[in-house]
Amino acid sequence: MHSKISETADEAPLGDVEAPLSDTARDAVKIVISGGFGVGKTTFVRAVSEIDPLTTEAVMTENGVGVDDVAGVEGKSATTVAFDFGRISVTERIVTYLFGAPGQSRFRFLWDNLFVGAWGAVVLVDTRRLADSFPVIDHLERKGMPFIVAHNRFDDSPDHTLDAIRGALDLAEAIPLVACDARSHTSGRDVLVALLDHLHTLSAAQEAAS
Amino acid sequence: MMRWDVHEQPDRLFAATGGRSRAYTEFDLVSLVVSESEPTAGMAPETVQILRLCRHPMALVEVSARLRMPVGVVAILLSDLLAEGRVSVRHPSSGAGGGGRSAPRGVEAAPARPPLPDTALVREVLVALKNL
Repeated sequence: MHSKISETADEAPLGDVEAPLSDTARDAVKIVISGGFGVGKTTFVRAVSEIDPLTTEAVMTENGVGVDDVAGVEGKSATTVAFDFGRISVTERIVTYLFGAPGQSRFRFLWDNLFVGAWGAVVLVDTRRLADSFPVIDHLERKGMPFIVAHNRFDDSPDHTLDAIRGALDLAEAIPLVACDARSHTSGRDVLVALLDHLHTLSAAQEAAS
Repeated sequence: MMRWDVHEQPDRLFAATGGRSRAYTEFDLVSLVVSESEPTAGMAPETVQILRLCRHPMALVEVSARLRMPVGVVAILLSDLLAEGRVSVRHPSSGAGGGGRSAPRGVEAAPARPPLPDTALVREVLVALKNL
């Protein structure tokens, strides 16, 4: 099965690399942007990334382990999935890679792969299809992966208040919920700042408790 | 840490990797690769491309996208280049296989919870993002 999940990202360009990383870059941070189909994940990544979003693919298995465990074994499925990503050089030393991950539950195995080692996630929601985000929010809560929710406001989206969205998502008060415009660099940047703020709160609290 | 499987385009990938199906060195998707030497005559085209792409640091996943080869295949090629000293790798300090901070004592009841990144590192990224 080949699941093409990228909606709009470009094919990877060959030749000269646009915006190469600084030679001093030595630490990469992974952040996942998730949400339902068409909610604006690639748009979000494109708005904040210093490179055009790229797409690549990997073969992933249901349980997230290697080919040695799957080759010749019936009943375990290996699936080729494509995913988008972009990057932001945040300092001379640190680069953030942003991965788009679809929110449908059939991509659960992709989440397990992409969330390994990630700092946290942004779940984009669209009030016209709020339920699309339930599976990935459940998954993140179960895994204990830090995340925030960002309401991508489409022009024709109903005028829900954030409180109403929080109620509909049954989202704990501790999880930040912000509004954004996924097409805007500034707005996207603010969403990432909100995620990092949340991470800082969690990390500082853990540090104080240990 | 994750591993990536190799099934796509079997002939080409078999040739590129000498038929091996997994990397001996485990890489993270965002492990940064840096060339330590220039391409030389007789090198496989994929090797030449990797050494050119990585003149500046580049994450495994980006090398994969720009070469249009699946992540698992690129990881195998990189592990060879690493063993030969032709590239060096800067693994992420937090996250998969990296440092990060373990859960404090008494929190073992929730082993699935991933370690949080170091507070000072989070603050550094937070401050830099605000100024972008």
